[in-house]
Amino acid sequence: MIWFAVRKFFGFAVTFVVAALVIFAALDLLPGDPARFILGINATPETVAALQHQLGLDLPFWQRFLRWLGGMLVGDFGTSYAQNQPVGALIAGRLAVTLPLTFLAMVLSMLIGLPIGILAARRRGSLADTGLMVLAQFGVAVPNFWFGMLLVLLFSVTLHWLPPGGFIPWGDNPAGALNSLVLPSIALALPQAAILARVMRTALVDVQGSDFIRAARARGLTMSEAVWQHGVRNALLPVLTILGLQFAFLVAGTVIVENVFYLPGLGRLIFDAISARDLVLVRGAIIILVLAVTGTMFLTDLLYGWADPRLRARDAA
Amino acid sequence: MSARNIIIALAVVVLAIAGVLGYMTMNGTPQRADLRIGLVLEPPILDPTAGAATAIDDVVYQNVFEGLTRIDEHGAVQPALATSWEISPDNLIYTFHLAKNVTFHDGTTFDADDVVYSYNRILAADSVNAQKALYAVIASVTAVDPQTVKIVLSAPSGRFLFDAGRGDASIVAPESEPTNDAKPIGTGPFKFIDWQKGANLTLARYDGYWGTKAALGKVTYVFIADGVARTNALLAGDIDGINNTDATSLPVFAKDARFKVLVGSTEGEVILAQNNARPPFDKLQVRQAIAHALNREEIIKGASSGYGVPIGSHFAPHNPYYIDLTGTYPYDPAKAKALLAEAGLPDGFSATIKVPPVPYAQLGAQIIASELAEVGIKLTQVAVDWPQWLGDVFTKGDYDLTIISHSEPFDIGIYADPNYYFHYNDPDFQAIISKLNATTDEAARKELAIAAQKRLAEQAVNGFLFELPKTGVWNAKLEGMWQNEPIEGVVLTGVHWVK
Repeated sequence: MIWFAVRKFFGFAVTFVVAALVIFAALDLLPGDPARFILGINATPETVAALQHQLGLDLPFWQRFLRWLGGMLVGDFGTSYAQNQPVGALIAGRLAVTLPLTFLAMVLSMLIGLPIGILAARRRGSLADTGLMVLAQFGVAVPNFWFGMLLVLLFSVTLHWLPPGGFIPWGDNPAGALNSLVLPSIALALPQAAILARVMRTALVDVQGSDFIRAARARGLTMSEAVWQHGVRNALLPVLTILGLQFAFLVAGTVIVENVFYLPGLGRLIFDAISARDLVLVRGAIIILVLAVTGTMFLTDLLYGWADPRLRARDAA
Repeated sequence: MSARNIIIALAVVVLAIAGVLGYMTMNGTPQRADLRIGLVLEPPILDPTAGAATAIDDVVYQNVFEGLTRIDEHGAVQPALATSWEISPDNLIYTFHLAKNVTFHDGTTFDADDVVYSYNRILAADSVNAQKALYAVIASVTAVDPQTVKIVLSAPSGRFLFDAGRGDASIVAPESEPTNDAKPIGTGPFKFIDWQKGANLTLARYDGYWGTKAALGKVTYVFIADGVARTNALLAGDIDGINNTDATSLPVFAKDARFKVLVGSTEGEVILAQNNARPPFDKLQVRQAIAHALNREEIIKGASSGYGVPIGSHFAPHNPYYIDLTGTYPYDPAKAKALLAEAGLPDGFSATIKVPPVPYAQLGAQIIASELAEVGIKLTQVAVDWPQWLGDVFTKGDYDLTIISHSEPFDIGIYADPNYYFHYNDPDFQAIISKLNATTDEAARKELAIAAQKRLAEQAVNGFLFELPKTGVWNAKLEGMWQNEPIEGVVLTGVHWVK
């Protein structure tokens, strides 16, 4: 298991370093000058040059790149051009919204999706199965931002139960903070729950027909006992894969959902930073996302190893 | 039941009703003193002297910071931190008398040294003031005594008092200036309290304010970039108003008694900018043909939901110097085709139009493309984002056509710079502008401003489309908001709730 983990970690580290290189080079090629963007159209070329110097934009490519790389090793992501604030602090502030949002959405999608998938698989071919899968198909097709708008119309504009958007900091009022994440996390979770339900159903249907379930039945277990004790854990393998991928989808989905609910999350930070050519900030935020996604993949791989001993064995061999 | 009992019973009922009614009037409509206002864009920083983003002025102009003068709702110059001034007969020396008992929000006192410091900071060699060029006319700034400042100009300037009232010339204190980006300290009626990045920003009434104190006790700006989200936030009551929102959402609020819609004018002239140096736009007939091909009414309807005043030159209709020149080249496609033929392009030509990411440009470009296609000019629409627009179009001048709103007040002078991205080099026009800048007599200035407008209209330098409207939506119980936007900013000094 340790050798397995080390190998996976090496893959994770290489992915991360390559991504850092690509991000820096690609963003450097973007047209547009941050200094001109800050100063607007009436600034003289001399003023723009003064600001470029102040921001360190007049340095050659390799020097800026080494500065960024060196800074990251000691946890310094640089200073935002447009906001004149340390990038690390700006991103940390936004993670306080995006991480709980993603986490809530993930938990919700599992709470909704997995039972539906199991129920549908256990009642395969029944009216309930067909009905649930039609619903799931619908859930996959509905874009989360549109669903979010519908939620706002019903729960905020009409019923006044929940805020239409915005965010109350955790420190000010934890209940208020949670309140402002309810609708966005539902909007984010629904399509993911639908996908999970479908994957769970398919996986469990496959497992139900497999030899070891028949063997368990032969030992005298009821179908339910066999499925719960042996089937579900086996069916979880493809579900885990999807969950790992879904984390990336959820993070991407927050960009749109954060706009609909005007939440101060990481997605909006990146969106605004790109619009303002605040490249230092974009780089920092993307690198952190890369870290989150590759990190999750790494953890998924480890979970795989835990759930499926065959993988470990194959690696050891 | 005896009469006495009936009377007592009646008295009890009456008292109870009176009590309930009294309770309701006391508590049913409590007077609010706070305001939640929506803003489309979040300011990157809060120092109005260090960036061009209008969102900075939307928050701090005249609320947190003040200048020597200020611009009122109608675009006129009013006294501010300078309560009066004298101008020397040669129009070169301005002596400003400063307000007394003024303190910054951190308690430090305001005096002439702060003015000298603020102005020298704009003029410094390493200055990053976005409007530095406007103040280049200043030769020196000196403190005569703590209440008096003398500003000497190198040449007479008819717009100096206006420029002194811009957010870019806000008076800052040397003690707090380095941290104004994140924690602005000014002399205005509101002081900065808190900024939750990405979410909201809070100001509160400054009780030590030297002038008329603000009616609102607390103001929260909520940043909502998405148009649908803004509409929902208003409908759900999460915000009480918005200074300027999508014109397309106005019908929702116009029918709702809880809201009032304020449509006013801005300083933004929406133009179809033409690269006057690049063929075929260097030919007057081609530019005239384009002017004849544009149907302003149709463009305003499509690009701005029908809100906005048509313009015939680069000048704001509410300005006292304005003259209506929309009839210079009226909509006439046949005439446009004839002019193209005269210019040697009987079959028209192809060009690209670079479209920045704002609704008026994105919608306007489609309408203009179809209007120009009718006279044989085929446009390829290229979407660009702001940094690209600033880099390619504005800085490098690499474009054929673009749609843009020029939101600076009184900015007709940009046409006198042949290096400006229109690449319009006209000595006659340049002569008018340099004379206008040096003239301080009102009547003479008006005459010159009219001459300048006429020259631009006749030369069809750009396609002059319409004045960008300001479309605000507010709670019906709010009063005192500015209907027009003669300068960037959302001035809240007079805003208050009514029953």
